[in-house]
Amino acid sequence: MRHTISVLVENEFGVLTRIAGLFSGRGFNIESLSVAPTLDPTLSRMTIVTSGDDRIIEQVNKQLNKLIDTIKVIDFTNEDFIEREMALIKVTAEESTRAEILRVCDIFRGKVVDVTPKCYTVEVTGSPVKVNAIIDLLRPMGIKELVRSGPVVLGRGPKGWKGN
Amino acid sequence: MKLTGSKILLESLIHEGVETIFGYPGGTVINIYDDLMGSSIKHVLTRHEQAAVHAADGYARATGKVGVAIATSGPGATNTITGIANAYMDSIPMVVITGQVPTGLIGNDAFQEADLIGITRPITKHNYLVKDVKDLARIIKQSFYIARSGRPGPVVIDLPKDVQVATAKFEYPDTVELRGYKPTFSGNVRMIEKAVKMLLTAKKPVLYVGGGATLTDAHAELLELAETLQAPVTTTLMGMASFPSRHPLSLGMLGMHGTYYANMAVTNSDVLVALGARFDDRVTGKISTFAPHAKIIHVDVDPTSIKKNVRVDLPIVGDLRDILQKMNKMLAELKDEVAQENEALKPWLQEVAAWRKDHPMSYKQSKTEIKPQFVIEKLRELSNDDAIVTTEVGQHQMWTAQFFDFTQPRTFLSSGGLGTMGYGLPAALGAQVAFPERQVIDISGDGSFQMNSQELATLVQYRLPVKIAILNNNFLGMVRQWQQLFFDKRYSQTCMELPIDFTKLAEAYGATGLRATKPEEVEEIIKKAFATPGPVIMEFKVSREENVMPMVPAGAGLNEMVLAS
Repeated sequence: MRHTISVLVENEFGVLTRIAGLFSGRGFNIESLSVAPTLDPTLSRMTIVTSGDDRIIEQVNKQLNKLIDTIKVIDFTNEDFIEREMALIKVTAEESTRAEILRVCDIFRGKVVDVTPKCYTVEVTGSPVKVNAIIDLLRPMGIKELVRSGPVVLGRGPKGWKGN
Repeated sequence: MKLTGSKILLESLIHEGVETIFGYPGGTVINIYDDLMGSSIKHVLTRHEQAAVHAADGYARATGKVGVAIATSGPGATNTITGIANAYMDSIPMVVITGQVPTGLIGNDAFQEADLIGITRPITKHNYLVKDVKDLARIIKQSFYIARSGRPGPVVIDLPKDVQVATAKFEYPDTVELRGYKPTFSGNVRMIEKAVKMLLTAKKPVLYVGGGATLTDAHAELLELAETLQAPVTTTLMGMASFPSRHPLSLGMLGMHGTYYANMAVTNSDVLVALGARFDDRVTGKISTFAPHAKIIHVDVDPTSIKKNVRVDLPIVGDLRDILQKMNKMLAELKDEVAQENEALKPWLQEVAAWRKDHPMSYKQSKTEIKPQFVIEKLRELSNDDAIVTTEVGQHQMWTAQFFDFTQPRTFLSSGGLGTMGYGLPAALGAQVAFPERQVIDISGDGSFQMNSQELATLVQYRLPVKIAILNNNFLGMVRQWQQLFFDKRYSQTCMELPIDFTKLAEAYGATGLRATKPEEVEEIIKKAFATPGPVIMEFKVSREENVMPMVPAGAGLNEMVLAS
């Protein structure tokens, strides 16, 4: 089962390696990982999407917690959370397909952020499912290049993490 | 007052109560070695950095203190890797200081540069690259705290040469602040109560004791619990010596080379209490048939150990000794229930006694050949009760675990998790440094001994009277045993074709060498060795194809033991 886990870590060099090495060393799977500093510049927040059965996910959570540089781990899977991912998609824009690209873009509340005579670059934000959907729709037009940020998540409601 | 980084390091070690360190000098630690002259810290120069780390490990296991080793950058540092991994697998508190090339050269493939932080990340509890001398005292304080608290383990401090030379105001911190590291010490009282309740209603309980009992010095509490409950106790290799082997409730070791009665008791138990143990594959055998009828209570300080390999019905996270004290206290107030439980356990103890009677630990004695088990028994008989025994890895290690009855805690130092050949001699060195007056014996095989035999020089130089018993079968015996049993006797590369004269080797280093080739010489040689000052090698030419039995074949269940080959 797919799990989305947020990890609050010390913003120090080598921490990313500790996390990534933990996953590779123990044979855990990383689907995506995104990381950036928090409001408190001494901390970073990672969002990791992983998958595995209950036993593996329990180990993932415990092993993450065990790292000295890890301050907090939240598995959002059983919580109500907002999940967003951004994608930049470079798509071939022929005379015949330009209108369709713009229409698809509009439906997904995307933006065209770069234009050349033969190519549009589309920026879109949404849940991974939504990002998958727009990619599927743009694919027939010819995707030349694609980059996805990997999802970031926040729990719903007024409650916030301390020190983020 | 401002001090250089290398002085700050030594001052900080003194603040941590460090008296002895083990190491090997080199270019990037030369400043530290310069300051060591005239320091109150004693330095033991080993002949290899791996041995320095094993010696610090042996020192830590024998004393319970944090062991400290030091090595230079590059090859010095990479030579420490096996020692660090070994300490990590067995949760041994240790701080390893490595020199590093100057910060400005890091990443430049400089002379004797290795990314030690990268290399040691998966085999340390934590590691630090010190980039600013101002952080050094804090990092050392944190390192010692991390190494000894929670589930202990090795911490590496990688110290660039320019940081050793730079100066900063020295003030050793009183407290440690690590917002991401708060190990649980006290066990949850409600869970402990539940465990006590489960134990009082158990009909077939077994206490399964691991290295946690040694690490927390919980032997007295463990003995009290076992005797109160009248529950049989089995230990892992790491738990060995934390419960007296000759106690009527002792089942000896469980697992692959465990006793028949320990493995049968675990398989038939209804409540299995794991105390500071981690259900290693050498202990459980096939997981699906491991303790199939038992409710499992798992006490461990490391939450990741719990439910990692086996299902657990009642987890208790915390310090083993603290938890055992709480259990004992609760049981002391439940005298009637305990009396009832003791009565109800009688049939179980009879059942266990019958298994013990059916298949006791034994071997076939010989009139012509020295049996390795016989040597171990004689070593026990002729040594002091508080003798510290180290082993290497292989058949001799298992025979020591099986036939050397340990009675006192911290007297058996052996590489459990990593299974490091070459561990025993340097570990004995470290233990002897810690306890100059006690008997220290390294029980070795001819294969393992040759992996760190250079440490004979260290023993002689520092007048460390370690007695080394080499069970010489001219084979890599454990691998040969597997080849005999599972590979149709195809002895691929396990015969050490060249017979070494270990007595001459001893003499070359200025130690004493003795040899026994017949059973009747064994006792005499051991007595002579124990009476000889300084390090002694006792070489026993043992029967070559003796096997360690019983044996649970890899992948089989604990109840599928092979009893004799």
